[in-house]
Amino acid sequence: MGIPYKIFLCFCLCLATLPYAAKAEDSSVDNASNDLRQSREKAVQVVTACDGRKKVIVEGCQEGEAMPEQKARKVAELLMTLMEFCEDEIIAKLPKTGMFIQLSVNGMPYVTVGDTEEIPLILVHGGKAHTEREKKIWAAEMNRMITEGYALFHSPGLGKNGISCDMCHPDASNTHPETYPKYQTQMNKAVLLRDMINWCIENPMEGDKLAEDDQKMKAVEAYIISARAGKKLEPGKH
Amino acid sequence: MSTESNGKNERLKHINFGGVSRREFLKTTMKAGVVVASSEYMLNPSQSMVQQVAMKSGAEEFVFAYISDSHLLARGKEHRFARALTKAVEDVNAMKPQPDFILYGGDLAQLGLRDEFSLGKEIIAPLKPKLYMMVGEHDWYYDMGEAWKEFFGKPTCSFDHKGVHFVVLNSILVEDYWSEKKMTPMERMLFMAQLDNPRGRPFTVGEEQRKWLKEDLAGVGRGTPVVVFSHSPLYKYYRPWNFWTDDAEEVQALLAPFKSVTVIHGHTHQVLTNKIKNVVFHGMLSTAWPWPYAPEGIPRLTVQMDRADPFNQFDGTGWGTAAVTARGKIDKTYNLWDRNPMVVSYEKLLTVKEQVAGPSY
Repeated sequence: MGIPYKIFLCFCLCLATLPYAAKAEDSSVDNASNDLRQSREKAVQVVTACDGRKKVIVEGCQEGEAMPEQKARKVAELLMTLMEFCEDEIIAKLPKTGMFIQLSVNGMPYVTVGDTEEIPLILVHGGKAHTEREKKIWAAEMNRMITEGYALFHSPGLGKNGISCDMCHPDASNTHPETYPKYQTQMNKAVLLRDMINWCIENPMEGDKLAEDDQKMKAVEAYIISARAGKKLEPGKH
Repeated sequence: MSTESNGKNERLKHINFGGVSRREFLKTTMKAGVVVASSEYMLNPSQSMVQQVAMKSGAEEFVFAYISDSHLLARGKEHRFARALTKAVEDVNAMKPQPDFILYGGDLAQLGLRDEFSLGKEIIAPLKPKLYMMVGEHDWYYDMGEAWKEFFGKPTCSFDHKGVHFVVLNSILVEDYWSEKKMTPMERMLFMAQLDNPRGRPFTVGEEQRKWLKEDLAGVGRGTPVVVFSHSPLYKYYRPWNFWTDDAEEVQALLAPFKSVTVIHGHTHQVLTNKIKNVVFHGMLSTAWPWPYAPEGIPRLTVQMDRADPFNQFDGTGWGTAAVTARGKIDKTYNLWDRNPMVVSYEKLLTVKEQVAGPSY
């Protein structure tokens, strides 16, 4: 996206967030039309983006009243995100208190998100929230891969001399997946984590190396990366 | 013969030449010239320091050696762990002078199997000095120590040597995790063998042994130096890897009345130094592999060994010695293979004020 476009976008939003520039509009969207109607009765302010398709209903704020700065920034950020990611008709509600956001895409029922960062996920999912069932399946599938890796890492099966990875690397310590690719001086070439895994399998564990697309290799990588997630990264040390 | 070579012969008096008597050896070296003996001497600077200290302060000073954590698998003498233990045995046998005795620090076996003990016993048999054996969790949890005791005797004992009281403890006892789950002996062993087992149970010395220790120490003078061998560190370092003894404080309390107390422990496979009140703690190296330092809880006094090169089997591993000073303190040497030895002297560790930063893991 070009810089001129972004400047244009900012300009539009600045205009949009000016309280006097904002005005309530009727909407053809069924679900949201009630909210817009109520907005005239309750203490709400409706801010519309320059494309006329994105509206933010700010609760607890009178029409024409200047918003607190934090709230105005939130509205700007929200509209910016919505403008950037889709052409759909979207109505967003910002409650009087709390930082969560409710979204209605093309008249669909409202979906609650915790932060603007979560919005793209909702939008690629057609405006529908992920169901608990979906989330459970995804988590189970990911954990299955990690658990398979954990089992391989903690058993001598990858090698042939009774030695297992965890004997030198408890909790996958000293593996530093975040440091790859790197030039491994002992191998005289740039390598990935999987090359080091294979080196360990072939040398201390005296086993046969795995193919790079072997499910076992993927699983071991999955375990190592997940076990080391969030650990201190120290460039130049490992 | 020149004065210089006489000086060298003075030093040679302190060297024990195994099967050959000193007089015989000296006669031979005088005939052959001392060149060979002195060049060999020059190749062992760390040992020469020990010899000089021993010369200065008399007969009560002595050196003992340790080998620990070999984790043998019943896969013959050519397996890398068996080769490593053999190397340690050869190194100790090459010490001049020979140490007064050797302590084996536990985890001779990986899975507590008879074949592993049998292999281990065969490899350590050539050790010349007296050997004291300590038990580790890898030796114990297949059959709850049955085979180990048959091979090596009692897991708890004490002895006196040149005015120092030595205690060997079995510090790897944990509460029963196997009966309720109806684990097979091998399941019980593998559960214990996994260092990063999130369901693992903390080690203890246990009430029975603490009672024994109390009675054992009752007859020991408060001024007598006490050295305790335990497989687990007798303090609390890092619980998730069981670098930990749950009743450590109670054991430390039993040791509190003594003027000079040193605990030497295995299990952690790394250079590790700690001091709590009157007790100094030293770790032992493993012959098999080094453990990384734990992410937290490293004692302030520890000068960390360098991170081992995974491409070199003998890096970060080795064996070591302890020199008992005239005051009953211990100067500990870590003989890291393929690196310079690290000496942690009692005097030196008293001067350390700040945590010494080392490699992070």
